[in-house]
Amino acid sequence: MSTPAVKGSASERSWPLWEVFVRGKRGLSHVHVGSLHAPDAEMALRNGRDVYTRRQEGVSLWVVRSTDITASSPDERDSFFDPAADKVYRHPTFYEVPEDVEYL
Amino acid sequence: MLGNDFIDPDEPLNAAESGAIEEALLAASSGRMQRPAEVLSFDELLAGDQRIEPRDEMPEAYRKTLIRQIAQHAHSEIIGMQPEGNWISRAPSLRRKAILMAKVQDEAGHGLYLYSAAETLGIDRAELLDMLHSGKQKYSSIFNYPTLTWADNGAIGWLVDGAAIMNQVPLCRCSYGPYARAMIRVCKEESFHQRQGFEILWTLMRGTAAQQEMAQDAVNRWWWPALMMFGPPDTGEAATPGGHTEQSMAWGIKRFSNDALRQKFVDMSVPQAQKIGLTLPDPDLRPNEETGHWDFGVIDWSELWRVIKGDGACNAERIEHRVRAHNEGAWVREAANAYAARQTGAPHDEYVA
Repeated sequence: MSTPAVKGSASERSWPLWEVFVRGKRGLSHVHVGSLHAPDAEMALRNGRDVYTRRQEGVSLWVVRSTDITASSPDERDSFFDPAADKVYRHPTFYEVPEDVEYL
Repeated sequence: MLGNDFIDPDEPLNAAESGAIEEALLAASSGRMQRPAEVLSFDELLAGDQRIEPRDEMPEAYRKTLIRQIAQHAHSEIIGMQPEGNWISRAPSLRRKAILMAKVQDEAGHGLYLYSAAETLGIDRAELLDMLHSGKQKYSSIFNYPTLTWADNGAIGWLVDGAAIMNQVPLCRCSYGPYARAMIRVCKEESFHQRQGFEILWTLMRGTAAQQEMAQDAVNRWWWPALMMFGPPDTGEAATPGGHTEQSMAWGIKRFSNDALRQKFVDMSVPQAQKIGLTLPDPDLRPNEETGHWDFGVIDWSELWRVIKGDGACNAERIEHRVRAHNEGAWVREAANAYAARQTGAPHDEYVA
């Protein structure tokens, strides 16, 4: 197959990546649904609406540049989340109380 | 790049809804509360049927296989807009036209979900499109067949999307998280595609003799290519030596063999064809009482290889059209860039809900 000529400047090819978050309905948090490329935040919102909410999946949208997100590393998961591992007393069921006490 | 978490709208959306808090409380009270899950290796995650996420370590071959498969899948979605897009201006009613536009728009959306999933593996969408345009990456051969009549839109929805769903449902449990989540969303939307196709054929078969003939002709042309969508057979002469099936199964990318899915598709389609009143173009199609399945005739694999190698009716046309559309959109993308550059520095606070 011959290779057709494809036009496109470098700037046009390098639209930043945006992560899209959707609030499914009132009372729920925004949840990450995917990503898309757009030249600016406004276009990212419009594209996000068209790509991720074609069937009324959302009542509110957030878009965040992917490069603006700092994530914990899976390699450090063990030590990073370690401080919570041995503090079982943070849960109410840790405490023994007589069975016949109400509203506790 | 981060994951793309496609959320099933029926799934609980946070810990409070999902019961995760109750589980944690229960674990704490029963003394099961342990150190957080230790870091599992790639093989341990696979063995436990856990998902691999973008930032996890993974073998290079796994990453490459996924990029190739997800890209081919994404390319198929956007090339798949063309055969039906061809009929938008000639749909027989406003209702059919609105449905067809929604369907073609869905295909674009599916392409984007999949490109987004592929990008989590460290490749850029622009690179993937380059490989599509230069022929370095493939799309499904099914889209190299022409849509000759209105009834083809029915046959595509019913058979081609039906076969795609059969292939795609197991991918919702694929070991790579972003791909699996994209597929959940795709499968939900495909179900409308298949039903609208069924309805087109159902309506035509209850119309005039000419309409019935048109429906039957479309099914005659699409039945065998639809069966080929499941890929070459697992065994026998036509099986591809060195195929990817075994490795993909071991990696949890593929869950069923090509032949198993194809049989499932035949078993599903035969009773549906009978309901519509269509004859499937296979004289060897008959129920097998021993196996409980429908036996079907021998597939002409040389046709599939011919079309894959570029000799299908529309191979050149599809790529030319795709590149032309891409090039004709260049000025829009440039304008959006110029606008974005002028807006730089504007506060972004207003975007937070």
